[in-house]
Amino acid sequence: MKFKYFEDKNINVRDYIVKNYTPYDGNEEFLEKPTKNTLKLWDELSALMKEERERGGVWDIDTKTISTISAHAPGYINKKLEKIVGLQTDQPLKRAIMPFGGIRLVYNEMKEYNREMDKDVANVFKYRKTHNDGVFDVYTKEMRAARHSHIITGLPDAYGRGRIIGDYRRVPLYGVDYLIEQKVNYLNETASQTFTEEFIREREEVSEQIKALKELKVMAEAYGFDISKPATNTQEAIQWLYFGYLSAVKDQNGAAMSIGRISTFLDIYAERDLKAGTFTESQIQEFVDHFIMKLRIVRFLRTGEYDRLFSGDPTWVTESIGGMCNDGRHMVTKMSYRFLHTLTNLGPAPEPNLTILWSNRLPENFKRFCAKMSIQTSSIQYENDDLMRAKFGDDYGIACCVSAMRIGKQMQFFGARANLAKALLYAINGGVDEIEKNKVVDVVAPITDEYLTYSKVMKNYDKILDWLAKLYINTLNAIHYMHDKYCYEKIEFALHDNHIVRTMAGGIAGLSVVADSLSAIKYAKVKPIRDENGVAVDFEIEGEYPKYGNNDSRADKIACSIVDTFIKKLRKQHTYRNSIHTLSVLTITSNVVYGKHTGSTPDGRKVGEPFAPGANPMHGRDSNGCVASLKSVSKLSYDSAEDGISNTFSIVPNALGKTDTDKIKNLVGLMDGYFVDKGHHLNVNVLNREVLLDAMDHPEKYPQLTIRVSGYAVNFIKLTREQQLDVISRTFHTKF
Amino acid sequence: MKGYIHSFESFGAVDGPGVRYVVFMQGCPLRCLYCHNPDSWKLKEGKRWSVGQVVRRIKPYLNYISTGGVTISGGEPLMQPKFVYKLIKRLHKLKVHVAIDTAGSLPLEKTKKVLDVADLILLDIKAMDNNLCKEVTGQTNENTMATLKYLNHINKPVWIRHVIVPGYTLNTGHLMKLGKELTRYRCVKQVDLLPFHKMGEYKWQELEYDYKLYKTESPEPVEVLKARKLLKKFDLPVIM
Repeated sequence: MKFKYFEDKNINVRDYIVKNYTPYDGNEEFLEKPTKNTLKLWDELSALMKEERERGGVWDIDTKTISTISAHAPGYINKKLEKIVGLQTDQPLKRAIMPFGGIRLVYNEMKEYNREMDKDVANVFKYRKTHNDGVFDVYTKEMRAARHSHIITGLPDAYGRGRIIGDYRRVPLYGVDYLIEQKVNYLNETASQTFTEEFIREREEVSEQIKALKELKVMAEAYGFDISKPATNTQEAIQWLYFGYLSAVKDQNGAAMSIGRISTFLDIYAERDLKAGTFTESQIQEFVDHFIMKLRIVRFLRTGEYDRLFSGDPTWVTESIGGMCNDGRHMVTKMSYRFLHTLTNLGPAPEPNLTILWSNRLPENFKRFCAKMSIQTSSIQYENDDLMRAKFGDDYGIACCVSAMRIGKQMQFFGARANLAKALLYAINGGVDEIEKNKVVDVVAPITDEYLTYSKVMKNYDKILDWLAKLYINTLNAIHYMHDKYCYEKIEFALHDNHIVRTMAGGIAGLSVVADSLSAIKYAKVKPIRDENGVAVDFEIEGEYPKYGNNDSRADKIACSIVDTFIKKLRKQHTYRNSIHTLSVLTITSNVVYGKHTGSTPDGRKVGEPFAPGANPMHGRDSNGCVASLKSVSKLSYDSAEDGISNTFSIVPNALGKTDTDKIKNLVGLMDGYFVDKGHHLNVNVLNREVLLDAMDHPEKYPQLTIRVSGYAVNFIKLTREQQLDVISRTFHTKF
Repeated sequence: MKGYIHSFESFGAVDGPGVRYVVFMQGCPLRCLYCHNPDSWKLKEGKRWSVGQVVRRIKPYLNYISTGGVTISGGEPLMQPKFVYKLIKRLHKLKVHVAIDTAGSLPLEKTKKVLDVADLILLDIKAMDNNLCKEVTGQTNENTMATLKYLNHINKPVWIRHVIVPGYTLNTGHLMKLGKELTRYRCVKQVDLLPFHKMGEYKWQELEYDYKLYKTESPEPVEVLKARKLLKKFDLPVIM
């Protein structure tokens, strides 16, 4: 569907970019090496990060200060060397507490890290309710049961929902005073409207936004900057923009705190400064390197439970690079190169989450440069600009992993995901949970036949999915009502228009398990093995069946229809704030946890075994080579899954070609093929399995080893052992 | 017209230029000691496919292989020359570049027509010395060398492949002989020395064939580099 956006006459960043940017068709030769300052600063930071790992992942916690935009005193890595400044707390890597999402979480965090809960903080939250309290006040028994059995999991009901991108470019472009003025004007202009519940809420929200903007100025002032007026050069533009972003990560512990689409915007300042001789290329790269360092050390305090779900301490500082402009020009600039070049100057890293908006019409030089960086670092993801531009225009960015949204004009209510593999087992077992053995839902009778028949299973599955869709959206409505009420993202929304598009972003886990299970039931003979209670706890498969991931339309059609069916069912549900239903096929690293809580499935997967991540075919079942696998995934409809379809592709370097030039050329060819086929998202890993095995045993040798998982990149050695084994067991295309 | 096919691979990046779809034909007259696909030896053990079926299978991949093409490998594709000839003709109608991956082990009069129409020949020379060739493959290299001579005569681009096996083909004298010989053919556009690997070993066990190279190790990367440098001295286009 096409989203309807409102135009704001007084704030229009997209218009400014389109009128002023300079597309760059050249190659990477202009790029500069890191300066001495940069290397020294990065060394100091690397030493700190090493200490952080040695201290079990958390360097220090400020337990006393409730984090707000201006609560912490200014902090520096090394004030003399830093060209771009600002930290979340008064010291690098020191984590802040952000209790508005849930005070219970802070108590758990203190316990896990052996810290005392601060008395004053505890006292505040005796009287102040949090998001988490609100949600559990309204949850029904059924919602709690579904949460407990993990048929819906990862819900942002105890942590910040994230996936909201402030238009941080507005800070340097307009200066904060102008932004405040616009918000105040809006309150005055609309003052005569009827005070409905919606309107009262809106007024309160805009007032909160104004306060947040004022606080942003205070925070910048503490660092010695007056950001009330627009930035006048590249260094200021980066600094102003970063203050905007920094205020967001001081205010919110959101699951994904993406930065938007900033590089081409910043290039306008750089081009101007280069022409005027204000700065040299080396100076500009230095600003970028220092800025990216800051983005690499965004930290949130999280619990072990959270880490198992979203492993590797991710923050999803996603930056979207490239893409095409509606006027037919590409949007690659020198700044696109400079951002990617930080992977060379500072070495590979998972953050920021560098995302290339790919179109076949991007300049060949840039495509080759991206492929080269992917081969060297495995740190980049690719998304289909042609698909997304048709829906979101040419000024959208990616929130988190794959969720496109128009910058400053759209947000989403993050909905984690429903476990459709478990739902299939409910269809077979009459709503009894195969692990807990309790009845979770009573809408179908158990199937008692010796062999499963496709039509009977599908009939039950349809009813279970109806039940699940309703329960799922109801639960999300409760969560987001409370999040808006108790943990409102005031600074991020201050950097949005007043009228925004909201989506309700559902998600699917276990797609390939369901597709293969249904294919097995349809094309082979599947015999359930039932326990003493009659619950199917295992399955025997007689004969062969077509598997998703081999470009075999029999299995692929099933996968497509699951996605199409589930979004249809979601669309029937009422959503909070009339948000638009969307769906993603993305699991991040939670495929491991979902699998752990799901019994054996009719495709032959055993109880507890991980699902494939996102929309990937199951590990090792895609046996016709990687293009056949890519073909299958690209059949899933983006119209049905507008929140994104994640595919992770891992290949050993030697399978890509004989020479470096061949490897680059062939990887570009693969991506051109995938995106012409309307594939949505591709993580590219070019790695040998042996390297990963060695890194498991000798993590100290690989401090910067980065690998793409589902929609983001992680520092491999920061994954849990379980996650590491899962990554290693995945299909590596090795044919050579 | 039907042919016996072993399998398909949707992504080949090392079997000719660009991204390629690879068709593995069934059947081979050679019995190489180091063969990593011994399950492709016996012709009749393949699955029978018509030319049309194979083309239909390849068609969805045309957008991926636009910078590359199709490679017909095996087994020995030239064991089924009529089928392969028709397949090439059909693929050419779709403007697809076709490479043949062969050891040239069949008499030229049977294979000429295919060699004429293919766009590129990946020619695997097993050994320069006839006795060594017999030891390694069970046959002499006469057909292979005749094939190379013919390809040079018709000016067909050829990429030479040669597997270096410690104790057999990985020795200076042998490599010198190969280098010297190859300088005589201007059709040779690339020379690739492939280190022997043990990834196919499990197949020999499954088929209960007598594998003679259990104790032979893959050559060390430095040895491979040394061998490549040696050939490079003959001013040949060696892949380093």
